[in-house]
Amino acid sequence: MQNMLMGRYIPGNSLIHRLDPRSKLLVMFIFVIVIFFAHDWLGYLLLILYTFAGVLLSGISISYFLKGLRPMIGLILFTVIFQMLFTPGEHIVFQFWILKISTESLINALYIFFRFVLIIFMSTVLTLTTPPLTLADGIETGLAPLKKIKVPVHELGLMLSISLRFIPTLMDDTTMIMNAQKARGMDFGEGNLLQKVRSIIPILIPLFVSSFRRAEDLAVAMESRGYQGGDGRSKYRQLKWSKNDFVLLLSIFILAALLLMWNAFK
Amino acid sequence: MNKILEVENLTFKYEEEQEMPTLDGVSFAVHAGEWVSIIGQNGSGKSTTARAIDGLLENVSGSIKIDGEILSSENVWALRQKIGMVFQNPDNQFVGATVEDDVAFGMENQGIPREEMILRVDQALKQVNMLEFKGKEPARLSGGQKQRVAIAGIIALRPEIIILDEATSMLDPTGRAEIMRVIREIKAEYNLTVLSITHDLDEATLSDRVLVMRAGKIIKSAKPEELFGSGEDMVNIGLDMPFTSSLAEDLRANFNLPEKYLNEEELADILAERLRK
Repeated sequence: MQNMLMGRYIPGNSLIHRLDPRSKLLVMFIFVIVIFFAHDWLGYLLLILYTFAGVLLSGISISYFLKGLRPMIGLILFTVIFQMLFTPGEHIVFQFWILKISTESLINALYIFFRFVLIIFMSTVLTLTTPPLTLADGIETGLAPLKKIKVPVHELGLMLSISLRFIPTLMDDTTMIMNAQKARGMDFGEGNLLQKVRSIIPILIPLFVSSFRRAEDLAVAMESRGYQGGDGRSKYRQLKWSKNDFVLLLSIFILAALLLMWNAFK
Repeated sequence: MNKILEVENLTFKYEEEQEMPTLDGVSFAVHAGEWVSIIGQNGSGKSTTARAIDGLLENVSGSIKIDGEILSSENVWALRQKIGMVFQNPDNQFVGATVEDDVAFGMENQGIPREEMILRVDQALKQVNMLEFKGKEPARLSGGQKQRVAIAGIIALRPEIIILDEATSMLDPTGRAEIMRVIREIKAEYNLTVLSITHDLDEATLSDRVLVMRAGKIIKSAKPEELFGSGEDMVNIGLDMPFTSSLAEDLRANFNLPEKYLNEEELADILAERLRK
């Protein structure tokens, strides 16, 4: 469970590390849309340069990004191969039965491949450079306008930050329960599928019960420290926009504008 | 001395059909600046008493007076500000995602302005000697360190009473000694009243007064030296003796020790004196 990359944060003090999580989230969101604006090699070149700049500025070794790619590799290959085999095209390079590989389909497959890689790289930049907690803060303040339509933003933010805080605690619990069951003769990961599923129950139920106990203790501790809900609370953590955040936002808009312009001129 | 906490005829049942009530007419008073320990076997109602005082239980009959005001559902939040509670499990009471967030949590609830919070967080962490861990997550701290953070979160709120609900029971001896040292220091500095619920008799010997609970009742209230001086009695209640008392018991035949409670230093002095002769 240690090699989970999701939400893994690598401390650092690079330009990207110092940015406001809200601007990073927003840019990430826009980037995913912008990526569909690109239809040819020049568009993709721009996107690749943009992503590459992000990776370089984060100051994190490229191997982390490749690791982030690993769990997705199956999906990427699957999609790319299907694109290659089933995209209709005129200039046939290779043909076998109903499977045709044309130059068009090759190019199309390459584009799909880059689309995947770029999105994964960009989101990895976001998660590697932003502590999960700050990310949660960013999401909470990002959702703040929704308060007007009665979305419980404070509660969502609190839930998110408590969940993040309890992930390592519950992981420890899981390992402890697994070891305790092993010590009593339980065999995990043996037998057929049904037996494997069944062997999860002795972990799951104690974990469930202990979570309830933790939740109750936590609720009492929160109440005794005067927690009465979101109203009338002040905030200790504060996010601050800096000049760099505006530059970042500007850069994604310029990228989008360039791509749109290039599409229009063609 | 004025009474900061008065508990009168407290009675409580967790379930309606419970035969023996968890609390059965508990009455006691604590003076301002006093350190009172409550000891007793498991299930004697110690923790329930603590929760009732903080207004965390419903359907408690009897009256609780904090700083002269009777606790009711209207003023529970205001009176709770005068009380800081430290619970048993260091992990489960850690609300914040990092040390500083956890210390700030109580202040955020009271709507204290941010500049003030920043000052108080640093000050409180310094007091419990945890300033260098300010940005750390709970997963990277030991149990004793987490309890010290919990105490810092309470000091930052400036309460008048601190209730320790078996706050040291999940710690190792070093962590336990460290917590007791911190409590003693802040008690002296802010002139706090401490109500400590504990199984650790050596911890109880440090207090001004000890209340013994059994089956939902307070059966004894005495100074630790009086209580632990009457050796046999303690074992009957189902409790042990502090280390020095049992040592003195074993040595009594050979050394002609006085028939009263001795703390470590007193015992050492007397033994040294006897051996010199």
